[in-house]
Amino acid sequence: MAYVRLENITKIFGSVTANDKITFEVEKGEIHALLGENGSGKSTLMNILSGIYAPNSGSIYIGGKEVAFASPKDSIDAGIGMVHQHFKLVDVFTARENIAAGKGSRGFWSSTAELNKRIADIAEKYGLAVELDKKIYDMSVSEKQTVEIMKVLCRGADILILDEPTAVLTPQEIQILFDILRNMKKAGCAVVIITHKLNEVMEISDRVTVLQKGKCIETLKTSETNPQQLTEMMVGKAVNLDIECVPMERGRKLLSLDKVCVKNKENRNALDEVSFDVFSGEILGIAGIAGSGQKELCEAIAGLEKVSEGDIIFKDESIVQLSPRDIIRRGITMSFVPEDRLGMGLVAGMDIVENVLLKAYQNMPGMFINRAEGRRIADDIIERFQIYTPSASHTVKKLSGGNIQKVLLGREINLNPELLITAYPVRGLDIGASYKIYDILNEQKQKGVGIIFVGEDLDVLLHLCDRLMVMHSGKIMDIVDPKSVTKEQVGMLMMGHKQ
Amino acid sequence: MIDFLLDQLAPFLQTALRMGSPILIATLGGIICEKAGHLNLGVEGMMLMGAITAFMTAYNTNNIFLTLFAAGMAGLVGALIYAFITVTLRANHTVTGLVLSIFGAGYATYIGSTSAVGKSIADKTNVVNAIQDIEIPYLSDIPFIGPVIFGQSIYFYLGIAVAVIMYLYLKKTKAGLNLRMVGENPGAADASGINVALYKYIHILAGGFLCGIAGSFYSIKLVRTWTSGPTAGDGWIAVALIIFATWNPLKAIFGSFFFGVFKGLQFKIQNVALPVIGTIKPQYLEMLPYIMTVVVLVFIAVKKKRENQPPNALGAPYFREER
Amino acid sequence: MIKIVKQNEVSKKQSILIMLGAIAIAFVISGIVIAAFGKNPFQVFAGMVQGALLKPYGIKQTLNKAIPLVVLSLGVSIAFKMKFWNIGAEGQFYFGAIGATFCVTYFPNLPAYILLPLMMVVAMLFAGIYALIPALLKVRFGASETLVTLMLNYIAVIFVDVLQSGVWKSADYMGRNHVAKYPENALLPKLFGVHIGWIFALILAVIVYILLKKTKLGYEISVLGENERTARYAGMNVTKIVILAAVLSGGICGIAGMLQATGYEGTMTDTMSGGFGFTAIITAWLANLSAPIIIVVSFLFAALLRGSEAIESSMKMSPAIAEIIQGIILFCVLGSHFFTNYKVIISKRVKTSAEKGAEKND
Repeated sequence: MAYVRLENITKIFGSVTANDKITFEVEKGEIHALLGENGSGKSTLMNILSGIYAPNSGSIYIGGKEVAFASPKDSIDAGIGMVHQHFKLVDVFTARENIAAGKGSRGFWSSTAELNKRIADIAEKYGLAVELDKKIYDMSVSEKQTVEIMKVLCRGADILILDEPTAVLTPQEIQILFDILRNMKKAGCAVVIITHKLNEVMEISDRVTVLQKGKCIETLKTSETNPQQLTEMMVGKAVNLDIECVPMERGRKLLSLDKVCVKNKENRNALDEVSFDVFSGEILGIAGIAGSGQKELCEAIAGLEKVSEGDIIFKDESIVQLSPRDIIRRGITMSFVPEDRLGMGLVAGMDIVENVLLKAYQNMPGMFINRAEGRRIADDIIERFQIYTPSASHTVKKLSGGNIQKVLLGREINLNPELLITAYPVRGLDIGASYKIYDILNEQKQKGVGIIFVGEDLDVLLHLCDRLMVMHSGKIMDIVDPKSVTKEQVGMLMMGHKQ
Repeated sequence: MIDFLLDQLAPFLQTALRMGSPILIATLGGIICEKAGHLNLGVEGMMLMGAITAFMTAYNTNNIFLTLFAAGMAGLVGALIYAFITVTLRANHTVTGLVLSIFGAGYATYIGSTSAVGKSIADKTNVVNAIQDIEIPYLSDIPFIGPVIFGQSIYFYLGIAVAVIMYLYLKKTKAGLNLRMVGENPGAADASGINVALYKYIHILAGGFLCGIAGSFYSIKLVRTWTSGPTAGDGWIAVALIIFATWNPLKAIFGSFFFGVFKGLQFKIQNVALPVIGTIKPQYLEMLPYIMTVVVLVFIAVKKKRENQPPNALGAPYFREER
Repeated sequence: MIKIVKQNEVSKKQSILIMLGAIAIAFVISGIVIAAFGKNPFQVFAGMVQGALLKPYGIKQTLNKAIPLVVLSLGVSIAFKMKFWNIGAEGQFYFGAIGATFCVTYFPNLPAYILLPLMMVVAMLFAGIYALIPALLKVRFGASETLVTLMLNYIAVIFVDVLQSGVWKSADYMGRNHVAKYPENALLPKLFGVHIGWIFALILAVIVYILLKKTKLGYEISVLGENERTARYAGMNVTKIVILAAVLSGGICGIAGMLQATGYEGTMTDTMSGGFGFTAIITAWLANLSAPIIIVVSFLFAALLRGSEAIESSMKMSPAIAEIIQGIILFCVLGSHFFTNYKVIISKRVKTSAEKGAEKND
């Protein structure tokens, strides 16, 4: 039997079967890719292996013996360490404190010489560089990830799970991470890497297991497969990987930013002299590492962030001083999908009608709310964007991710905006739902709407957008033509290197 | 000038430190609970439960250890109710804490009016002597500082000791580090193999124990007969002080004695004719600690720093399988 | 092995059943507590029901308590809807009473039909301004409204004492600190033996219901309570909404103080709130911040308060038992929400061999 074996694992969340009788094996000294779309059950399966979720049924074997994890503690004791997609780190702690807590160290005191030595040994063995006394909030994403890896290794993990470790890294940082993983493999660790990026699977893994909609499709040797075959297994049927960029004559200048600065809480420039134009009938993509100023940019245009310097001109009129409400009235709408999906733009505990009213109510006459009108609009949006819901009075947080995003985007588009700002609209969606969103955006573009699209996946940005703007720590690095640029070039820009 | 310091200021500061001592102990109880990520607005209730229990135990046993232990246990029982509802049943911290305060007040008033009213513990000499102000030999002879700092009761020394120990515990020990992680990010703590619920329970209960002891001050030290609602809102001041002290036990010492000054004013300046202002109505002095609390709340809200923030997960129920 | 999983959706009927179950459990626990105090719980509960709901005098007394409770609960429910924790209902209640007494003191000769409305407006104004303090400190500086409103409660009570021992001290009480009795034209008339405050309470319930459910402001309050970022994103003026809602909340609590002063006490004292401001927090929360349910819950809690008074002499029990029972009820209801959000599964799975091995190693 393999060193780690999960057998017939089933996990049900409410009405959703996230894992359906999945069997999965990893050997020591291999890097095993767990491939699948968002929502295919990869993270759930690995959360079960790390003791965070309890499976509804199924068994786990480590080293040939059956185990049952009542908590993550049991899983750590069995040698399993997981680097989560959203790092499990305390921001106000130093790296050392994060590593020492819990199972990281023993003894009465929190800082021990034994721990420091252990950290130094591991750092050397695997080529990890950690600044132990640096606070997490001062760290870049890649530094945080290194702390996470150090943390699990310090607990003596020899089975390492990484959940989407490359999602927030630049191409160059990814190479460093892969070197570390290869070192672990050499040291005899079992490494599982969760991903939905095919090129990474091909590059790093020895074997690959494909999940689709909670079911295990197949486990293959990486050397004996190819991206096309894996894609077909991932999505179930062969799909055209190309996203359409509808050709369109670009129209008049809609929006123009002139040396816009926004200060963050520490009074540093979160946006640093940002200048660019948006034209009607185009999709302007924005690429950048998470936290490079995308959020501040969107919020500055929408009037939610105070602009400290510079000017924003919308159709020959400065909108810098206007309230969010006045900006909405002028035809600018924003749909920002934050990481928790429901953090901004939607009220999780309210139903679809009430969420639709969020933008519509201000234009209703008098001091009363017209709920009947709200219901009519909601029904409209449900039909137009094919939102799957029992009724318009269904609570939003109980919808699936794709439907939640369609409610959000649908409401904004229903206002017939002239400028549509959308950030991460396909975050957490499967391919089918993502394509629906792309179609909706293209349709808007053809109607002459100017669209700012903040994205994560470079492949999508390069295919969908007419122009691609790359940001790095609050500055615009360049605006490139997606048709002629390579991913590596964009990656360099994201890291702050100009060619 | 020196005469004024010795004659007027020293006794006044002595009173201030005396009045600040129970507030300090209660604040420390609140800090340890909030460090576990649990906002407990039940401090006042737990103090009142401690106050009545201390009074009844002192009256019936005349034993100081039993009295303080029973007071602590009464606070602990209140904290246990709170912990069960907020940790295990994951209810709203704010409302549960408020209800604990109402419940504790009701409990104290009920027991007080049926069993304690009209009784006095003045003749329970074992208790009374044990909590008498102690003049520490030699040290209390130091001019000015001596009587102020070294002429206090066990409540003062207990408060200082607990503050220092708690500071070291949080800052230096592994358990303290784990606790802080639970309060900052229970998900991360859980994934690090820390028993989140256990840590929460232990520290909420410890906090309740301290609040109970703090409450005993008002019924056996401040006065020796039972009066209804003896804490007079000091529990709420303690809750504000937690924020003022930025969750740091050492800063809580200074915060508590700062408030002790305002509490002390009521006793010392009443009916004293001051230059310029003249005599102050006693009610205005009574208002002062509450007004100062509001001022302090505004002050700390304005002066926000990254290191001074509340534990990140304060007030948020934790469920491991939350998606 | 006990497992806890997230409950998907609970029907309205189920959640009501869970709530009723919690209240039933609360009464069982209360019974045990009463028994522990050495009384017969059945006699106590029977005495309470009889004293509060069965005799005409008892019913009147219950209604007298229900009026301020309903109004205060309505007041705090507006703030709570916005997750603005206005614990200051007591203080706002007193400032309402101060406003009313202010009118009576300085315009004693106005006819009742002018004086009474004036008292109500001034009471609302005074209490509203008092609630403005925490609201301003919250939006301007981010100070915790929970603690500020609490402190303002203590300050309000002391301020009443300042007034009754100072400028408004009456000579009629032989040196005791007391405000003069209101004249006849400053007293609320009675209807069916209870002062007409109950009519105002019902009208206010309708107004608050419409405000929260049908108006733009009510909608904005709900959105703000759910998610401030979303409110800002939708272009709402957060500062304005917080201030408006807090002032309205405080103003309504002030009306309660005015009604109590003119309808029940006939004067102002520094003990007249009787803790209603705190009980109102419980009733508003139990009623799920819904105006119609607030009426029902407040009436039942008024009966509990009245019942505990009724048994004071007959059973030799302190009325503080009502506070204890209130606490137990809300503890149980708070705890019961767990069962609407989560499901507990007890699985009979036997331990694996590895688990037994692990135990040996421990």
